Amino acid sequence: MSRYVTWVIVLIMILAIMVVNIPKNMKIAGQETRIRQGLDLQGGQQVLLEADLPAGQNVPAESMRVAAQVIENRVNALGVSEAVVQLSLPRRIVVELPGYDNPEEARKLIQNTGLLEFVETQYRIEDQTKIETDYLAPGVTAADATTAANLIFTPVFTPTRTPTNTPLPSPTMSFLEFATSEAATPGAATGPEVTQAPDRTAVPGVRYHTIMTGADLQSAVVGRDAANKPSVNFVLSSNGSNAFAAYTQNHVGWYLAIVLDKVVISCPVIHEAILGGSGTISGNFTNSEANQLAILLTYGAMPVPLKVIREQTVGPTLGQDSLRRSLIAGAIGLMAVVLFMLLYYRLPGVLADVALLLYALTSLTIYRLIPVTFTLPGIAGFILSVGMAVDANVLIFERMKEELRSGRPLREAVETGFSRAWPSIRDSNFSTLITCAILFWFGGTFGASIVKGFAVTLSVGVLVSMFTAILVTRNLLHLVLDRIDFSERHSWFGIAEETPSTTESAG
Amino acid sequence: MNIIGKRYWFFGLSLLIIIPGLIALALGGLKPSIDFTGGTMLEVQFQSGKTPTIDAVRAALADITVASTDEKLENIQLQTLGVDGLVLRMQPIDQTTIDKILATLGETFGGVTLNMADNVGASVGGEVAQRAAGAVALAAVAIALYVWFAFRKLPHASRYGIAAVASLVHDVLVLIGLEGILGLVFGWEADSLFLTAVLTVIGFSVHDTIVVFDRIRENRAKYRNAGFEKVVNHSIVQTLDRSINTTLTVLFTLLALALFGGATTRHFIIILLIGMASGAYSSIFNAAAILVVWENREWEKWFSGLRRSSNA
Repeated sequence: MSRYVTWVIVLIMILAIMVVNIPKNMKIAGQETRIRQGLDLQGGQQVLLEADLPAGQNVPAESMRVAAQVIENRVNALGVSEAVVQLSLPRRIVVELPGYDNPEEARKLIQNTGLLEFVETQYRIEDQTKIETDYLAPGVTAADATTAANLIFTPVFTPTRTPTNTPLPSPTMSFLEFATSEAATPGAATGPEVTQAPDRTAVPGVRYHTIMTGADLQSAVVGRDAANKPSVNFVLSSNGSNAFAAYTQNHVGWYLAIVLDKVVISCPVIHEAILGGSGTISGNFTNSEANQLAILLTYGAMPVPLKVIREQTVGPTLGQDSLRRSLIAGAIGLMAVVLFMLLYYRLPGVLADVALLLYALTSLTIYRLIPVTFTLPGIAGFILSVGMAVDANVLIFERMKEELRSGRPLREAVETGFSRAWPSIRDSNFSTLITCAILFWFGGTFGASIVKGFAVTLSVGVLVSMFTAILVTRNLLHLVLDRIDFSERHSWFGIAEETPSTTESAG
Repeated sequence: MNIIGKRYWFFGLSLLIIIPGLIALALGGLKPSIDFTGGTMLEVQFQSGKTPTIDAVRAALADITVASTDEKLENIQLQTLGVDGLVLRMQPIDQTTIDKILATLGETFGGVTLNMADNVGASVGGEVAQRAAGAVALAAVAIALYVWFAFRKLPHASRYGIAAVASLVHDVLVLIGLEGILGLVFGWEADSLFLTAVLTVIGFSVHDTIVVFDRIRENRAKYRNAGFEKVVNHSIVQTLDRSINTTLTVLFTLLALALFGGATTRHFIIILLIGMASGAYSSIFNAAAILVVWENREWEKWFSGLRRSSNA
């Protein structure tokens, strides 16, 4: 048994050390907290997006995944820390931007289909490199801008795509080819990480010239190259084929970077001049890589049109004030519970309070490890679960008191108290876990992270409380009580010596 | 203490709370928030001491038009929040219109801060309402099945499950009814947090009920010759200390949150507070009593005075 006690003490110490580390980062009224704060606490924005397609139409999961990925890339580029982009299949995406407070910008950022550019470069630029281009850049003259203005890639206004103006594609296919073997991984086009470092091989400060934008790309489909490998065949508009022809004629051996939202997604070498307005991009593609590149070229970034169906903005001051108040209120509530246990149950109450402390430490540690996003209702959930942790102890102690009153020796009373109380603790906590699971499901269906946060904190609390109540309190009780002669110490247990009464002062 | 003997008094007390609530519901007291109906909610804060009256705000916003349709923005509901706060609710509007409202308020009443804006499309609102109803129903069924399973070794185990659900239906009725009354009196709206509170109360109420049922399970094995009614009453009395103490500890913490916590969650906390009290009450005074009523088939007596043979 002493083995258990040592074990519990070690655990308390480990948890204490872990939690003591928090204050370094935890400024309650400031921003820095290792425990993630939900939107209602630190302010920010939540946007719920839905595929803007007729209700009955099937939305391909792959497209939704790509769309979520694209949004995530853009959000990361925005520099919002702890942004969350969550796919809620079949047709929804939840975007959370903690600490961000600009609804107009965020909407643009998310709904925009993305700017696809074809950029002139003499040297290969690695995929995922962030570059600057001269397309509509400040400093570009008005004349340049007017010609460029026709090229803006927007899904709503696409007047440039009138097929009547387009000459028939020339039968001669020309080739763009990847020069190096690393370049043969264009699948990273929609990969998760956007490099924060501005350049890898791109020269810092250089503003690359944009030859044309995605608006001049008529179509891109997966095909087969001469070696029967997957490739991407594309067709350009007349505008585009002129620009393309002009560039490729004079720059054979140079590269053409395909850039989406200022990030290079592919950088094929120009193998020969493309004069006819159509060409092929080939490389060591797998089928899905070629497919992804084709999707990107055709739709810009967004493979499905998305519309905002819910938008929530929380100002930064409200949350911090609420957080401070809730923490104070929680502390007062916990003090009341600790005092109550102490006054009503006396010595066992003290031990229960120790178990409660361990409970709080363990829960907080788990919240940090998962990590659980803390919301106001989440804090309420945590405080409620304290009530539940106390409940297990109350059940045990009441049972123990009954056994003591009926004249059993202390040690036996402790054991009986535990074994008799266990079925109710187990069954009742399980029913709470059932409702937590349902809450989690309910919250998940419409991106209510607040409801979900509540469900998670409450269920973690329930599980931890079972552990502390059963293992910790039990061992503590044995450790302390086995050395006590109950017959001389009735008052330590809140039990009157002669008259067994259950209506003792509640403190 | 004979709790079971007075069971009809306790049922009556429950009805005394539930019936006014149901009347409030019939009067349209339960107002679904934009979470369920779709719409726009703005929570703004005025500078300290410069908070205008609701009528003044209404007058200031009288000429606002919706940017997309160019029609006047009508039916704005206004409600004060905390000291300098104000909540505006209206049909779903776009960002331009929101900005217009904020600009107008700022110009008319001095600085105004937007604490929260929530814009819910009508379709998603309807869906949430549907899921909400589904969530409560699912919780009830899952709990009934679990309690049935947990007490499967007792005779009539399904009765325990149904009695547990009956007592949680009681709590849900109390909460929805009170929310209806509060809706009539203070204009409170039922949002997704209200639903969260209801589901949490369901969990806790069953928690309490199971503790009592567990004691019945144990006592039935112990006192095989005692009458069912006596065993049930004894079980309730034995667990009374625990029920009261646990409820007290939870109520302490909730009361602290209600008194000292922020205005945002006060509604949520108060609903939880009432629900916890109701849950404890129904677990102590109603759940096990239903088992007794069932065991004695007492409904046969309810109607015997009416001589309705069809109910016999």
